Amino acid sequence: MEQLYELFGIDRVEEFRAKLEELKKVPGSMISILNEAQEMFGYIPFQVQELISKETGVPLTEIFGIVTFYSRFSIIPAGKYKISLCLGTACYVRGSGQILEKLKENLGINEGETTSDGMFSLEAARCLGACALAPVMMINGEVYGRLTPDEAVKVIQRIKKQDLSQAAAEVE
Amino acid sequence: MDKVTVTIDGITLEVPSNYTVLQACREAGIDIPTLCYAEVINEIGSCRLCVVEIDGVRNLPASCIYPVQHGMNIRTNTPRVREARRVNLELILSNHDRNCLTCIRNTKCELQDLAERFGIADIEFQGEDVNYPLDDVSPAIVRNPNKCVLCRRCIAECQEVQNVFAIGAVNRGFDTLVSSPFYVSLNDSPCISCGQCITACPTGALYEKDHIQRVYRALADKRKHVVVQTAPAVRVGLGEEFGMPVGSIVTGKMVAALRRLGFEVVFDTDFAADLTIMEEGSELIERLKYGGKLPMITSCSPGWINFCEKYYPDFMENLSTCKSPHMMLGALIKTYYAEKMGWNPEDVYVVSVMPCTAKKVEIERPENMHDGIQDVDAVLTTRELARMIKEAGIDFVNLPDEEFDQPLGMSTGAAVIFGATGGVMEAALRTVSEIVEGKPLDKIDFEEVRGLEGVREATVTVDGLDLKLAIVNGTGNAKKLLDKIRSGEVEYHFIEIMGCPGGCITGGGQPIHHPNEMAEVRKLRAAAIYQADKNLPLRKSHENPAIKQIYEEYLGHPLGEKSHHLLHTQYTSKPLYRVTR
Repeated sequence: MEQLYELFGIDRVEEFRAKLEELKKVPGSMISILNEAQEMFGYIPFQVQELISKETGVPLTEIFGIVTFYSRFSIIPAGKYKISLCLGTACYVRGSGQILEKLKENLGINEGETTSDGMFSLEAARCLGACALAPVMMINGEVYGRLTPDEAVKVIQRIKKQDLSQAAAEVE
Repeated sequence: MDKVTVTIDGITLEVPSNYTVLQACREAGIDIPTLCYAEVINEIGSCRLCVVEIDGVRNLPASCIYPVQHGMNIRTNTPRVREARRVNLELILSNHDRNCLTCIRNTKCELQDLAERFGIADIEFQGEDVNYPLDDVSPAIVRNPNKCVLCRRCIAECQEVQNVFAIGAVNRGFDTLVSSPFYVSLNDSPCISCGQCITACPTGALYEKDHIQRVYRALADKRKHVVVQTAPAVRVGLGEEFGMPVGSIVTGKMVAALRRLGFEVVFDTDFAADLTIMEEGSELIERLKYGGKLPMITSCSPGWINFCEKYYPDFMENLSTCKSPHMMLGALIKTYYAEKMGWNPEDVYVVSVMPCTAKKVEIERPENMHDGIQDVDAVLTTRELARMIKEAGIDFVNLPDEEFDQPLGMSTGAAVIFGATGGVMEAALRTVSEIVEGKPLDKIDFEEVRGLEGVREATVTVDGLDLKLAIVNGTGNAKKLLDKIRSGEVEYHFIEIMGCPGGCITGGGQPIHHPNEMAEVRKLRAAAIYQADKNLPLRKSHENPAIKQIYEEYLGHPLGEKSHHLLHTQYTSKPLYRVTR
């Protein structure tokens, strides 16, 4: 528990435990529990899965199987900026495959990974419901449409710059 | 059971209504190919090699999970069926590491057999290959994911049968992998090294950590005195590797083969099994007399010990403090016997031939070190010994019978039955009853503790006391019983627990058979074990003259100071995962 407190703070951990206490009474609620964990912590690390396993009696091996089966769960912390690039049919036929390759190259990470400075994480989405703007990507809820590989990289660079100047402003 | 009538490839027959199509086909004499299917434990219909055509069913159902229906018309050899099976097999083969020549299961592989049976000449699909690193950190088990066909039989053994949950299926689609959580090595997982996953694997994705090379090195070292010992269960399994029928007793040939391989002295772990009975029997009598921790639980099976240390730490004090028999013998070879021979213990190299993979981990336990020396230096599984005999070109089947060396090769029938579930219990009863009652037994055989069911109970009266006993095989069954003890539902005085289903005769190091054949294999090997017991002139451990001699000459008495130092050990609870990420 100490490691969990250290990772996420006592309040957040206790809030999760309270929810877990309720949810575990409902049979077949593992997905709901994992949803809570994903939302609350941004990812579901070993310590959280171990806690869920102890509380529910479901072996960690099974929980890990579920977590890695569904793309909405993650075992590594998401970046400060979460990029989801649409690889749905409409976006894909309009070249989102090339955008993915370009982003991977530019950020130096693969799908499902986070840059070492913790700034960006990259995941592939299946249709964001904005097919008219294809190909699209979404970063922290904001949609960027009609992209080309180069434009996608420009968006990333713009965010980097903004983030820097914001940080500088905070220091002042 | 109600019967239904089905027609299979034009043959009409009656089968029980709860049959699957696969079972019906096999009854009709048609050997439907399967890969993932393992009766009861893994009926998941995932490999799709057992597909058949059924009138009125649009797709090709997997016969292993499709129930029969009255009037069903099944066809198993149509062009559509053949084509589907071939495509499915080619897909499985397409990303399989096909370096068969250098594979440990070469010529003993179900996938290879299927490729041959289907006459696969060319693999059409040239997709992405898998290239995962080998997990060879565990001292007992190596995993090669590139040989894995994702049949999940190992997972079924690990989860459903053994309740260990060391491995499961992770990821999705092409990235699906059999792995421990967070991709940790088996060594850092809840794995108890029982090796049941190895015997369930149809291919070479799981196998024991090699000790053959270190044994060859020791044998070639002129300064070393290489002493070998063999577990009870090895003598009823080894012959199968040379084409002999399941249940063949090959004790004499095994001893002869070991001498031909160059081992200087050939001892019998059975001697130490008799010794275990003296120590463990005395421990039980002491606990009963002086109010020690009960129930006392046997400690011969390192797979079980690992399970207990990881999952049932509150039972540490219930475990007998006796080392497992081969560890006892190792300790005695490097002390008592080395002194007798005038050997420096550092020049003595002890090899144990075991039906077990967990023993490879056990020999490294720091609790069992004496002045930096291990009791046992190498553990060969029954399969590994067979490989050495084959490589050396020894004509095993036609070897003459030879005898073990003395004095640590002498044993009784009570020792050999250690190999089957219930054997340790029966051996202990033979000795404890006679010692406590002070008169010879009327009947040597304790039939009530024999059998192959996972959990058995018996009550045996010894000197007026009703001893409540339980016998368990397989850690999944151990879990069932221990949970009941925890909740206070049941009480016992003495429990025998063996980590593997069936006990050592079907341990993780024994010759491999298809999971569907295991029930029969267990029966035959157990029958051989009890036959070996019957064949021996002495059948009670305390009547073994070599045991009497070693207590007189060296050990003093059971549970004495020397015994405590050499033959007993301790246990500590262990975390399920050795990771903190």
